[in-house]
Amino acid sequence: MSGFLEALSSHAFLQHALAAGVLASIACGIVGSYVVVKRIGYLAGGVAHTVLGGMGVAYFLGKSPIGGALVAALLAALIIGWVSLRFRQHEDTIIGALWAVGMAVGILFISRTPGYNVDLMSYLFGNILMVPREDLLLVAGLDGLIVALVLMFRKPFLAVCFDEEFARLRGVPVEVFYLGLLLMVALTVVILIQVVGLVLVLALLTLPAAIAGQYARSLAAMMVAATLLGIAFTSLGLALSFEPDLPAGATIVLLAGVAYLLSALARGAWLRRRRA
Amino acid sequence: MKPIIELTEVSFAYDIGPPALEHVSLAVAEGEFLGLVGPNGGGKSTLLKIVLGLLNPASGEVRVAGETPQAARIMIGYVPQYARFARDFPISVEETVLLGRLGTTRLLGGYGMADREVARRAMAETEVLELRRRPLGTLSGGQVQRVLVARALACDPRILILDEPTANIDLRGETEIFDLLKLLNRRMTIVVVSHDIGFISRYVTRVACLNRTLLCHQPVPIGLEVIERLYGMPVQRIPHGDACAMERKP
Repeated sequence: MSGFLEALSSHAFLQHALAAGVLASIACGIVGSYVVVKRIGYLAGGVAHTVLGGMGVAYFLGKSPIGGALVAALLAALIIGWVSLRFRQHEDTIIGALWAVGMAVGILFISRTPGYNVDLMSYLFGNILMVPREDLLLVAGLDGLIVALVLMFRKPFLAVCFDEEFARLRGVPVEVFYLGLLLMVALTVVILIQVVGLVLVLALLTLPAAIAGQYARSLAAMMVAATLLGIAFTSLGLALSFEPDLPAGATIVLLAGVAYLLSALARGAWLRRRRA
Repeated sequence: MKPIIELTEVSFAYDIGPPALEHVSLAVAEGEFLGLVGPNGGGKSTLLKIVLGLLNPASGEVRVAGETPQAARIMIGYVPQYARFARDFPISVEETVLLGRLGTTRLLGGYGMADREVARRAMAETEVLELRRRPLGTLSGGQVQRVLVARALACDPRILILDEPTANIDLRGETEIFDLLKLLNRRMTIVVVSHDIGFISRYVTRVACLNRTLLCHQPVPIGLEVIERLYGMPVQRIPHGDACAMERKP
């Protein structure tokens, strides 16, 4: 750990990595809380994995993969949102299909791209140590967008998550805010791909929020707590993985998973004791 | 006077299954307290959804305060069956009640002083004001139901519609809710769905019996023969507490 702190003060790439973790945790804490209380983890997973298709196409065309990811994520969110609203009965089947097809498209395009394919692994599993400065700025911008949207529309978002039918009866355009929620998921997925890669996105999106949700008394408190937990997991995961040279993304996710397990066990024991 | 809710020859069927409603005509006058009763699957909730504009009838016409249900729904306070949302949702009593201000207050940003005052009055009226900081998940069934009534009151409704408001609570809680509704009926029209015809007949001004089609609608008290027609079998009264229910004759 001391080696990490020493390296942190001297290496810009580590400072960038730490900043990426903190910035990602903000989006994660806010949007992840919505995903957890609205129980749309599966939809979020669908958006995350479909993104590989867009990244693959962008990579093949020689464009910025992160730009491709952004376009693909927003497109995937709209398609999956539409499927979810229109075909609620078969939602899981259709999303499962999109999930797999999106990944297949990505793999095909990446395999057809001439040159050295090392990037595929970093899309899938992230590479927080290689986040360039301009991507950091993009992530900060997306964070700002998400925070602004949530501050402006916190009432209708809460209404749609808590009780969709009641929101509709109060004249809230439920479909618009539901799609808005998924578009924010898409933005968060793009941010998280930088940090943990798209395979592990779902864990970082849901685990901090799920832990926070076990204790929080309001959605706002849940978002703040989930953000702080996210910062703790990404920073600690980065530090732990640095010296033994472990994959940072996987270390971060494992840390979050262990914390969730411990929290669930502790809470279960506490509830049992209170009842006894 | 024109009725505030008017259904004319309304029929409805879901994609699969038999028709849920057939040729239902019903007029509710302003200020009425209507009990909508009938067996499970008799179309009570479907009828409510049509009045709320959540479902469109296959045929027939619906008018609420002279307008379409979609246009008129803003003047309706709706209390759903409480089992519908997650009990562990991180939301306080006050935040829940404030959601009733949507549609009246602006969509952007937070709530104004006026919204908080309306919500406070609604919570006082339903006696949940002292619970306002509590998470919804820590309340009893009866308390949750009163919070949902408070949320509906925060809409400043002309009509209050409740779908089995007492399905999950004990007799004491049920009596408290209906005593409250009786009070509210002084200033608004109330439609309440219930399967406990014996209990509600002490409160409502009129009962409408629905089993796919409207079998009767008449002022209380209603006789045994009406109930038998509703359930399509002989029934007998069984007293429980000071309320009573119907049971199939052996």
